[in-house]
Amino acid sequence: MSSELDDLYQEVILDHGRRPRNFKKLEPADRSAEGYNPLCGDHYTVYLRLDGDRIAEASFEGSGCAISKASASLMTGAVRGKSVEEAQALFERVHRLVTEGPGAADPADLGKLAVLSGVSAFPTRVKCASLAWHALRNALRAEKQVVSTE
Amino acid sequence: MTTLATPRPSSQGEAFDADAVRRQFPILETRVRGKPLVYLDSAATAQKPRAVIEAERGFYERDNANVHRGVHLLSERATQAYEGAREKVRRFIGAAEAREVIFVRGATEALNLVAFTFGRQRVGEGDEILLTEMEHHSNIVPWQMLAQERRARLVVVPVDDRGVLRLDELERRIGPRTRLLAVAHVSNALGTVNPVARICEMAHRKGVPVVVDGAQGVPHAPVDVRALGCDFYAFSGHKLYGPTGIGVLWGRREHLEEMPPWQGGGDMILSVTFEKTTYNELPYKFEAGTPHIAGAVGLGAAIDWLGGLDLAGALRHEHDLLVHGTEVLSRIPGLRLVGTAPEKAGVLSFLLGDVHPHDVGTVLDREGIAIRTGHHCAQPLMQRYGIAATARASLGIYNLRSDIDALAAGLEKVRRMFA
Repeated sequence: MSSELDDLYQEVILDHGRRPRNFKKLEPADRSAEGYNPLCGDHYTVYLRLDGDRIAEASFEGSGCAISKASASLMTGAVRGKSVEEAQALFERVHRLVTEGPGAADPADLGKLAVLSGVSAFPTRVKCASLAWHALRNALRAEKQVVSTE
Repeated sequence: MTTLATPRPSSQGEAFDADAVRRQFPILETRVRGKPLVYLDSAATAQKPRAVIEAERGFYERDNANVHRGVHLLSERATQAYEGAREKVRRFIGAAEAREVIFVRGATEALNLVAFTFGRQRVGEGDEILLTEMEHHSNIVPWQMLAQERRARLVVVPVDDRGVLRLDELERRIGPRTRLLAVAHVSNALGTVNPVARICEMAHRKGVPVVVDGAQGVPHAPVDVRALGCDFYAFSGHKLYGPTGIGVLWGRREHLEEMPPWQGGGDMILSVTFEKTTYNELPYKFEAGTPHIAGAVGLGAAIDWLGGLDLAGALRHEHDLLVHGTEVLSRIPGLRLVGTAPEKAGVLSFLLGDVHPHDVGTVLDREGIAIRTGHHCAQPLMQRYGIAATARASLGIYNLRSDIDALAAGLEKVRRMFA
């Protein structure tokens, strides 16, 4: 198997794809936003509970491929406890990571999110990895519409 | 798989030799990702034999000029090549006259043309346009646009769990307000071959014209539009081993003559003043602007090339591959075929456990295997089966058993990874 493929489907990704964390609807949620990729039908809703300026809890539900699901699962863990501003900065870094690769985003302090860097070798899968993140960004901006990565 | 019409006699061609046919496709000798290319995405677009590539190149190198215009030699040659291609298409689909053959960009443009000329003439407020659940978006959206414009409605004929069109339901839905029936010859997502001749009979009994989306029909068996009995037949060149950007709308002359032009411009007129334009005759009335001349030449070359093969042998070969593929895939634990109609052509659509088709496609791609994953531009059909997407392997005349076996081995790899 090619090593790029191993980098894409790392054990963390496969694990989160199989057993996504925070995979539920938050009720009540302060913010929510949908992400939809018409190309492959991947469709998620991201929910946020805020405590002042901080994300007290994040969750998601929906369906899609291993990459999009794992990315959403890792994301909901990573943004918990972060301020809205910090979460937005994280969006930017992850976006660079999945589009430009590990060199672009200093993955060292990204924790588990660093596994998403393997996506950069697969241009057709970048949209999968960034789908939930786009929904997160819209939720943070309190935009309610469905975002599309197409 | 069924034959869509009686295969033409194969006496003019050599006995079908799958390996020899494959060698005529230069791209199939390339390696992708360090592996030999296993191309199983012919329903999206077919690869091109050397004869087609050379015909297009030869046209540009020797004959290129605009058609129907100049008095110079090259224009004459270009016109002959372009009109010669039209005649080849006429013979290929059994049309009565070459002027019934309209060159368009592809099946999509052909269907839009019918919707916005014939459809506009026939469909009014409260009328019904009959479609099937297995249609490609290109045979849904133009009708939906027309229905919105005319305040008409779409009526949909269901398919059963195997992907067979419910003919009883179809017959029941042809009512006094039905103005038109649009149906795929072969489903791109399931491979189902629809009994178009029977459907046309049913529709015509009630005076309803039938538009056939033949994009997946022509590549898999000879088509005779008069034997089918349809009113319009649309297909793309690029799925028939020809170039992209060229396709055909065939229509009965009496319809085409009554229809208004669709696009205005050069070549579709006889005379123009600022007060009045007199439209050209068929087929030029529907071919505004400089057409894709080289594309038509390439399509003609594809038809010639197919004509030189043992077509009955080719059909048998493709049928064997489909049977082999069905057997091999069915043995893979957790694999479910989507579309198991008894009459099928060219398509193996499937789901592998709960692995998303996109992940299946990415892993196979790294093995050099090209398949299509997604909704196949048939979202209503996906909804019918309660799924978002499938993985689809589709066959061309150049595929071999070894391609199917490579697919099966690749799927084993997917299974191990995601187990």
